[in-house]
Amino acid sequence: MSPEPPPAHVPEGSDVPAGRDAIEAIEIELLLEGVFRRYGYDFRGYAAASMRRRVLAVAAAEKLTTVSALAGRLLHDPDAFERFLIGVTVHTTEMFRDPGFFHALRAKVLPHLRTYAFARIWIAGCSSGEELYSLAILCEEEGLAERCRIYATDLSEAVLARARGGIYPLSVMRAYTKNYQKAGGAREFSEYYHAHEGAARFAERLREHVVFAPHNLATDGSFNEFQLVLCRNVMIYFKRALQERALKLLDDSLLRLGVLALGRSESLRFTPLEPRYEALDERERIYRRAS
Amino acid sequence: MARRIVLIGGSLGATRVLQAVLGSLPADFPAPVAIVLHRGAETGPELCTQLARDAKMPVEQAFDKQPIEPGRVYVAPPGYHLLVDGGHFALSVDEPVQYARPSIDALFDSGAASRGADVIAVALTSASSEGAKGAAAVVARGGALAVQDPASAEARRLPEAVLAAAPSCAVLAPERIAPWLARLAAGEEGPPG
Repeated sequence: MSPEPPPAHVPEGSDVPAGRDAIEAIEIELLLEGVFRRYGYDFRGYAAASMRRRVLAVAAAEKLTTVSALAGRLLHDPDAFERFLIGVTVHTTEMFRDPGFFHALRAKVLPHLRTYAFARIWIAGCSSGEELYSLAILCEEEGLAERCRIYATDLSEAVLARARGGIYPLSVMRAYTKNYQKAGGAREFSEYYHAHEGAARFAERLREHVVFAPHNLATDGSFNEFQLVLCRNVMIYFKRALQERALKLLDDSLLRLGVLALGRSESLRFTPLEPRYEALDERERIYRRAS
Repeated sequence: MARRIVLIGGSLGATRVLQAVLGSLPADFPAPVAIVLHRGAETGPELCTQLARDAKMPVEQAFDKQPIEPGRVYVAPPGYHLLVDGGHFALSVDEPVQYARPSIDALFDSGAASRGADVIAVALTSASSEGAKGAAAVVARGGALAVQDPASAEARRLPEAVLAAAPSCAVLAPERIAPWLARLAAGEEGPPG
């Protein structure tokens, strides 16, 4: 590999790619540094491969051809930054995605929560809220609604507003209904939302025991102690070091015998938490803090 | 970190071709092999079992932040994109690409961006053109690219889309894929062009 800096104007040729990628990597680092210093949101510890795809997608949506042009716009235009924030953080998912997970939650975790007079649940990185409403429905059906509070956090108000809204396209309700049934749901799924002009708005009562609050796993600390923490498919976007920071934060936020749920392809294996947690369901990545 | 990395994409229909390819690669194959086959989110571990049937290398489902090691085969998990992030894998649940998650574009494009000319990519049979953009990115960054000969493919859509996007790529009958990979992974031959 050449130690020389790549040329600013790269001609078409065999050594173009490395130069162009090197420039793009620099541009992304500068953009994230700029975002942090201008707006205080720290994405510098995010995994480069997935962040690159998201930054390029935002640049394309802004009709810009270089990451540097996007960086310039973000620094000068707070509205563009709001769009960027949603673009790089919101993970549109499905309600009851991985029905097996929600099935396991219903069978193995919620009965344990019922043994408490009052249960606190944290959804760390609630994004647009699909998982939150899935969980709120489970809590209602398992008789926990009046005896629990769900803290739904994400890193910006703009993202939280989506979760708070609880509005999803009517066209996806059939898929969600199927997921709900596979997850052991026995009611009419349509009881939980009102259809209006092509949109489904989830019932107000599902939000009644939910606290929405901004919280950033990259920079904030623990703010309460919980019997159950869900942090699914959030830390896959972090580099190892930030993952470890976030895991410690989740660990600090769990009561003894508290339960931690991760995404299907995440694991506590090879992490500092491994020795102190036991798997309640290894396939569904549900762990219990043993000490 | 091994220098070269092999990336393979196709649909579930490519399973049989892949079994034969993996069966023909030696246990001491000098590069890692990462595979995206289009699969539903609820498909289980049986895909790894099938791919491992004749393979001399260990075959496993990739997990997040896993170090990428030579002589091993990694399969994208259902419902996640598999990205190459330098010497590790990164997973993402970003939007599907042309309905596909895992997506071949995501694997090829991330590999091209982080490993450039060290990428050796192969596009197999698939009825979706998803993967052609990533294949073009591999070539644009100096990597080597081959497609399964459309005449031999159950579904020609991806091989033909790749050929249209990157006409300089190698066109290989299934039985020629493993020898081609072995030659390139050993570093005996630079990428074409």
